[in-house]
Amino acid sequence: MILPFFVIIPLLAAFLITLISGKKDNWAIILSILAELSVLVLAVFCYFFKLDDVFVYSMSGWKIPYTICLVQDALSCFMLIVISTIALMSLIFSVTYIRHLVTSWRYYALFMLLVTGMNGVIVTGDLFNLFVFMEIALFSAYALVSYGRKAEEFEAAFKYAIMGSVSSSLILVGIAITYSYTSSLTMATIAETLKTKPVEVTYWLGGLFLAGFGLKAAMVPFHAWLPDAHSSAPAPISSMLSGVLIKSLGVYTIVRLFFNVFGAPALFGTLLLVFGTLSIIVASFLAIGQWDIKRLLAYSSISQIGFILVGFGVGNFLGILGAIFHLLSHAIFKSLLFYNTGAVEMALGTRDMRQMGDLRKALPVTSFTSMVGSLAIMGMPPFNGFFSKLFIIMALIKAKLYFVAFLVVGGSILTIAYFVKFQRYGFRGDRVIEKDMVKEPISFGMKFSMGFLAVLCLLTSVMLIPGIREAVIDPVINVIANKTGYIQSVLSGR
Amino acid sequence: MTVYVLCFALFLVGVYGVLTKRDLIKIILSTGIMGYSANLFLILFAYKKGAIYPILSKGEEIKAMVDPLPQALVLTSIVIELGITAMLVALAIKLYEKYKTFDITKIRRLSG
Repeated sequence: MILPFFVIIPLLAAFLITLISGKKDNWAIILSILAELSVLVLAVFCYFFKLDDVFVYSMSGWKIPYTICLVQDALSCFMLIVISTIALMSLIFSVTYIRHLVTSWRYYALFMLLVTGMNGVIVTGDLFNLFVFMEIALFSAYALVSYGRKAEEFEAAFKYAIMGSVSSSLILVGIAITYSYTSSLTMATIAETLKTKPVEVTYWLGGLFLAGFGLKAAMVPFHAWLPDAHSSAPAPISSMLSGVLIKSLGVYTIVRLFFNVFGAPALFGTLLLVFGTLSIIVASFLAIGQWDIKRLLAYSSISQIGFILVGFGVGNFLGILGAIFHLLSHAIFKSLLFYNTGAVEMALGTRDMRQMGDLRKALPVTSFTSMVGSLAIMGMPPFNGFFSKLFIIMALIKAKLYFVAFLVVGGSILTIAYFVKFQRYGFRGDRVIEKDMVKEPISFGMKFSMGFLAVLCLLTSVMLIPGIREAVIDPVINVIANKTGYIQSVLSGR
Repeated sequence: MTVYVLCFALFLVGVYGVLTKRDLIKIILSTGIMGYSANLFLILFAYKKGAIYPILSKGEEIKAMVDPLPQALVLTSIVIELGITAMLVALAIKLYEKYKTFDITKIRRLSG
């Protein structure tokens, strides 16, 4: 069974890094990149060879419902691939970027713990175990946000930690009530018990979980921490937080609980639609007013999470397809854009768009890849962002939700507006920046990770070609849309 | 029933503290109170009146037993809360070094 290794490898790497690396960070870099590469290889192997099967790993040989079980299905494999790709690219990017801040192995140890937590949340099939892994991921996220040791970073980390612990308490109360009602912590048995109970009970439980996990996913009434935390963190960590952390701890858990465990009652679909639309519109307006490029991107993350939630809220095939694909494409292009801001910050020492200008001569790779990322997030045709937004809007029209569709189209037009601002002032402005104004050159590793993700922005569109789509994305959609499939496959695998 | 209501009141005390207090340390304590009430919920759900600890020994009749699982869960969550509180206090110390104040309304360089 390879399932536990998704947790073991990064955890072991984190401890080995603290043990063997002395004052330098060479060993830490080698170990963390090796660990992340092997996790990526394992995830790709699971995805392409074991896609239609469901594997259940019971810890220490106990049987369900007494054990803590790990579950691997198409959805979790998909999430694991997204996480490992972004994490590997962030590690390659951070080699020179972090040396430019503080040279230390601690960054890599914390990074590996962050990956451990996220992988654990994805593979676990036990509600309390999910809570524990979530706390591991959040711990390292707090520490990594304050890694630069500036006053603003401590402030952002403190706000993030307070919000995080409030939401964790809500989730813990939710877990306690779920346990007292169903006498089980395994998600599949909880789902089986809840099917026979009145649906009002799931509304109460769902309310607690929606508030708790919605805070992690930064839906609009709960979004206040995100712009501070994501814009203060070092650039590769911003890309990890915006790219995958809010998706694995927030969106993935919401989808897993509401679709697979609670059986997707119509009320929660409506709630996701409302919060999603609210996120799209409010965050887009807030993003237009920003002059700090990282803050602009952080607000844009909230608005793009709104698109994903709307897609899941519609709940038909096209909507889930669009949401899953937008989850993947947003992870790619938002990480790419955060790398760009990191490179600009390193080269020019500023994040203010008013002090930037025409960067095409000074930083050719950065400005070109940022153009690719911006076009993708705006939703221009050959890039992946176009298809995901198209599917979500088509799903809304098919479900006859014309007003929501109108608002979502409005939201994507606002996205174009603030990314035109991003490009016009940040990378193609009037003040020409010459090569000799660059303080520190962009290293090969940073160029590589930016280029790789820019290529992925185009390449992932291939996944939607009929024939490839049936093989690659449809199993993931089946896991979400088939409400009872999760219960049956987990319980039969015991 | 009363005891659950009191426990919920404790949770609300924590929420009130987080929302209204201006002192960093008081905010940290309030998050702690929220965590305690969550733990108390877990323990209360496991409690049965007149039940014994669930350890079987020879010559003893099996009567009503207390559910042992929530106690294990609470131990785990207490450890997690210890970590969170230590982290928050460390951040508060660093914030005091940088801003020379514990007042959250004066710690606002990030805005907009």
